[in-house]
Amino acid sequence: MDGQIALLLGQDGIVNGAVNALMALALVLVFSVTRVIFIPQGEFVAFGALTMALLQAGRTPGTLWLLLALAALTLVVEAVRHQRGVAVDWTSTLIWTVALPGLAAFIVLVLVPASMIGRASAALLIMTPLGPLLYRLAFRPLAHATVLTLLIVSVALHGVLVGLGLLFFGAEGFRTTAFSDLRLDLGGIPVSGQSLVVMGVTSLLVILMFLFFEHTIVGKALRATAMNRVGARLMGIPTELSGDLSFALAALIGAISGLLIAPMTTVYYDTGFLIGLKGFVAAIIGGLTSYPLALAGALLVGLLESFSSFWASAFKEVIVFTLIIPVLWWRSLNSHHVEDEE
Amino acid sequence: MTFKRTLPLLAALVVATMAHADINVGVTLSATGPAASLGIPEKNTIALMPPTIDGQKINYIVLDDASDTTAAVTNTRKLINEYKVDVILGSTITPNSLAMIDVVAEAQTPMISMAASARIVEPQDAKKRWVFKTPQNDIMMSMAIADHMANSGVKTVGFIGFSDAYGEGWYQEFSKIAALKNLQIIANERYNRTDTSVTGQALKIVAAKPDAVLIAASGTPAVLPQRALKERGYAGKLYQTHGVANNDFLRVGGKDVEGTLLPSGPVLVAAQLPANHPVKESSQEYIAKYEKAYGAGSVSTFGGHAWDAGKLMQAAVGPALKKAKPGTVEFRIALRDALENVREVAGAHGVFNMSATDHLGLDQRARVMVKIEGGVWKYQP
Repeated sequence: MDGQIALLLGQDGIVNGAVNALMALALVLVFSVTRVIFIPQGEFVAFGALTMALLQAGRTPGTLWLLLALAALTLVVEAVRHQRGVAVDWTSTLIWTVALPGLAAFIVLVLVPASMIGRASAALLIMTPLGPLLYRLAFRPLAHATVLTLLIVSVALHGVLVGLGLLFFGAEGFRTTAFSDLRLDLGGIPVSGQSLVVMGVTSLLVILMFLFFEHTIVGKALRATAMNRVGARLMGIPTELSGDLSFALAALIGAISGLLIAPMTTVYYDTGFLIGLKGFVAAIIGGLTSYPLALAGALLVGLLESFSSFWASAFKEVIVFTLIIPVLWWRSLNSHHVEDEE
Repeated sequence: MTFKRTLPLLAALVVATMAHADINVGVTLSATGPAASLGIPEKNTIALMPPTIDGQKINYIVLDDASDTTAAVTNTRKLINEYKVDVILGSTITPNSLAMIDVVAEAQTPMISMAASARIVEPQDAKKRWVFKTPQNDIMMSMAIADHMANSGVKTVGFIGFSDAYGEGWYQEFSKIAALKNLQIIANERYNRTDTSVTGQALKIVAAKPDAVLIAASGTPAVLPQRALKERGYAGKLYQTHGVANNDFLRVGGKDVEGTLLPSGPVLVAAQLPANHPVKESSQEYIAKYEKAYGAGSVSTFGGHAWDAGKLMQAAVGPALKKAKPGTVEFRIALRDALENVREVAGAHGVFNMSATDHLGLDQRARVMVKIEGGVWKYQP
């Protein structure tokens, strides 16, 4: 192994790590706000990528119908709740169930975007409302259940979504056209434009999320909910809306990651799971609560993957997933475990 | 989908007609899960099989094993115990087929697998005598590749394959033949179907500078290493295995897979075969039937393996019916014996001649070399 190979591997590792990092951020966000270990996070990646691929192929993606069906179902559920005298926040309900899905359907079916940006935004518009809709249908009724129950629901949801993915996209993979065909030569190291896009977008998202959580009232409300749900509620923060918002962000981040990786690799309906799982390993390194540690963990996983694929390609997954054992051991020694406030 | 819907109906039918002793054919396929791209055309092909053989009505019971070994075994038990099948077709992939052997041998039910590995039928023993298979052995395909490499002046070879039974099996077979042909394997790498990057492996192979690279993977995941190698400036010859011989590989691969060489069953290029090729007619018969039902250009080589399994079964049912009634153990034994005596049966992929030691029965007529040129498969005489 010489210096150039090491640099190339490092570059590959950082690009993979960037996608893992986005996954880890979304998982930490959803877990800290709603206590859901969101296994289907990977499906957002695959669905986002495949939706984009179908749009590029000039077909109407099945995810649009899924979105419209879930929106209609959510409207019915909310109407029934309203009937039963539960206070329903109609503004947010209408945004998630009518405004955004309607806009997505309008763009995809009527405008039929032909530009890269148009299609990417259509794909994001289809994917983002799926988050809050899934939250309202699957998780909100169980908001007070244990983490284990929520995890079981989340595994079930993963199974349902993978099945739907096979139905929508078929068994074969897709690859989308790259955002950038640029090829640079930085000091003898060939760098592809797409990998720069991945790193750029990831850094931008991380910075935006930092600003959002540190400097906006909504972000602070989300953090407050994450720290103490009951306390946040007493302070007048609508915790259910926090759930909506965190799932919407998770879906958006997932879909963006999907758009980022789709030009670099072939995406299948079930590709998401392994990507999500690696994000999960990274999130575990951060104890499912710390964003900076999760980011560091994601880069570590990415680099470990690319270097182990060079040295011992047959054992790559073994090496990556074995990493979780010493990390858990170390964390269990070092962190003060706080029981869930039930 | 239509099959799933008709399943309860079929089940009712089976129970209702059991008394008439129709022949029950149990099928377990990987129509979902990672091997779905192989299992779906196979399932489509089962629907094209004849409803009667020698005047005897055939009931096809099709179950999906989701590319899962446990599910394949459960399906097999279900087919044997609940549906009382006379023969089992399946499964799609090697791990599933290997796991099913114990079950069918115990129940004395012949099984025709559509999975590739030679280990399914070799070496023949008390259990495997119940098992037959239709896809070409890896060793036949390895030989075709090694021959082609040696004839075109290749001296050193890099190998990258799936880190599972497929990649490992290919490495075993290919390294044996490579030694005979004086080909030196100077890089040996593995990757997973689901990997999103193989940069590390590609770098290692490029650094070793082999004359040719063999990629032992199946379906569209086989595009990934080829693209990574091109990206890293690899300019030598690229060989793939017959596991990639479907049109999705061309769609996903695009210009990156141009010039790739691979061995394949003749069905892939049936129209380009010379008129005197022994498999041309039987291949085209299958293609015509499949495309009539599912649209032009929809046919794939994987469905052809299911078609050949059906052909073998059809050839064996006649002699077996002379010896015993369907639904009895005697019939199943007769069917197994008849399968072993199949002679010169031409299918989509080749001409079958079974024997007590050879439960595949294919020969050199079952493989051709193919090159990808201008985005289509081109027969290499």
